[in-house]
Amino acid sequence: MRFLIFIGQRLALAVPTILILTVLVFLLQHLLPGDPALAMAGDEMDPQALEELRQKYGLNLPVHIQYLRWLGGAVTGDLGMSLRNSMGVTELLLSKLGITLQLALASMAIALLIGIPVGIISAARRGSLADFLGSAFALSGISVPHFWLGIMLVLAFSVHLRWLPSSGYVPFSEDPWRSISGFVLPSIVLGTGIAGVLMRHTRSAMLQSLGADYVRTARAKGLTERRVVLRHALRNALMPVVTLGAIEFGQLLAGAVLTEQIFSIPGFGKLLVDGVLYRDYAVVQGLVLVSAVLFILVSLMADILYFLINPRLRS
Amino acid sequence: MASLALSPGMVIPRSESRLRRAGRRLLRQPASLLAGIVILAFVVIAIAAPWIAPHDPTKASFMLVRKAPSAAHWLGTDEVGRDVLSRLIWGARSSLIAGMVPVVMALAFSVPLGVISGYAGGWIDMVVMRITDAMLAIPYLIIAIALAAFLGPDLWNAMLAIGIASLPVFLRLARAAAMTIRAEDYVEAARAVGSSHLRIAFRHILPNMLPPLLVQASVMAASAIIAEASLSFLGLGQQPPAPSWGSMLNAAQRHMAAAPWMAIAPGAAIFILVIALNIFGDGLRDALDPKRR
Repeated sequence: MRFLIFIGQRLALAVPTILILTVLVFLLQHLLPGDPALAMAGDEMDPQALEELRQKYGLNLPVHIQYLRWLGGAVTGDLGMSLRNSMGVTELLLSKLGITLQLALASMAIALLIGIPVGIISAARRGSLADFLGSAFALSGISVPHFWLGIMLVLAFSVHLRWLPSSGYVPFSEDPWRSISGFVLPSIVLGTGIAGVLMRHTRSAMLQSLGADYVRTARAKGLTERRVVLRHALRNALMPVVTLGAIEFGQLLAGAVLTEQIFSIPGFGKLLVDGVLYRDYAVVQGLVLVSAVLFILVSLMADILYFLINPRLRS
Repeated sequence: MASLALSPGMVIPRSESRLRRAGRRLLRQPASLLAGIVILAFVVIAIAAPWIAPHDPTKASFMLVRKAPSAAHWLGTDEVGRDVLSRLIWGARSSLIAGMVPVVMALAFSVPLGVISGYAGGWIDMVVMRITDAMLAIPYLIIAIALAAFLGPDLWNAMLAIGIASLPVFLRLARAAAMTIRAEDYVEAARAVGSSHLRIAFRHILPNMLPPLLVQASVMAASAIIAEASLSFLGLGQQPPAPSWGSMLNAAQRHMAAAPWMAIAPGAAIFILVIALNIFGDGLRDALDPKRR
């Protein structure tokens, strides 16, 4: 029952948030100075064709009617047409989702495999050389501009050593090995940044729980340090990290804009940049909306997971 | 003026001395001190650019296209023969401005709104928070890119876009701080002596929420610098031929194999400045709240 009330509360908050989101995303286009039809068509178009364009996209209707039409479409899965690809924005997004998801999962795996163990070791050996190196790594991870790290890795591993491809996406079904090797560098680029965030939070949460009474009790019982750290302290420390990891993953789903650009990976991020460059505004709007809704859903799932693993909330 | 000295306006000097104490603690940490010096050095370089840059940052020369680092051009030349070091020095200006302006913009707008929201509560708070949630659902850089795209490519538009993207973080923080401080004794006291809501909000709550906002501001400045570089990298920020570290990296990417020196320096500059800001922000947080250490 408590669980249902909890989910109900979260959903009740998510609905108005998503509605406001749709207003914000819709208003994006109206930020544009001047006539959206003109912006869509470019400067050289005769008035007749411009009028047709306005008719076609309902641009001569009042703004609130335009919004309702757009919202109605969005709810039924129609996000409009991409001007550049002359294909539905929804289909376009669906065709890219797999690629973005693949990159997000690979990056998240790297982030978790590095961030959490390093955070644990740093906290358990506070003040040691390992702690210093781990913290320095984390700080570098969150401070380095990803696109520059990408360029540097390409310089080292593709241009000089020739170990890995510098760019290009190959579907897994076509050539599994080339597909995986194409994802290595971009996932490292994205993964190290998130690893830095996760490490810092794991470390501070671990330090907090290592100082807690139940850890002192566990030590007093004569448990080995390894068991105290991994069984008693870690369990509690990981809870906030779960939420944080979900937020980071949710953000990755919006597309790693610059990383995809550098490695020519045709996911959401590349789609956004192309949409921006070719003034394909329906794509930009659709992408922002879909990624934000995905983000809200991922955070909702993280909240539920947090609720399920935290006995204090359950009882 | 005696009545003023006894009024709850006393909070302001107390908060100032707290900041001063924190400042002393901050300067005692070698890492924060070093980070502060690095940031200051970047500021000096940006201000002194016209005098210290060895060459004109926009002067192209066909004789000097993509020359490796040498005595005449310490960091080499770019794809149209401009001096990379000079562009790097001038580029510090747009990066530092882009680190400051969006943060100031976001603070100026979100702090009063956050105070009102946190202090007033009720439906105002509800509406402000739902808008904040909606904005937080879109990743920072994506809001900035989408806004910059719709506003048009230009450094000032990019900064406006980054400022708007930073709003929700500050709003949340300001609101949370206002809500905590609202319950404090000195606010209670101010209310008891009959201070108006506006006076309480801006004389008592605002000065006392400065510490968390300052810490966040240094971290957000770091993010804003990366965001500006990212937008300029995509061609949405500083427009050529004016130098910016992001647009230098964009050009560098296209000449990676033939002229790797073009890529190393601008990215390293961003990295060093951002890491210094993050270390400074960490130090500031520890100095303002010694319990955290």
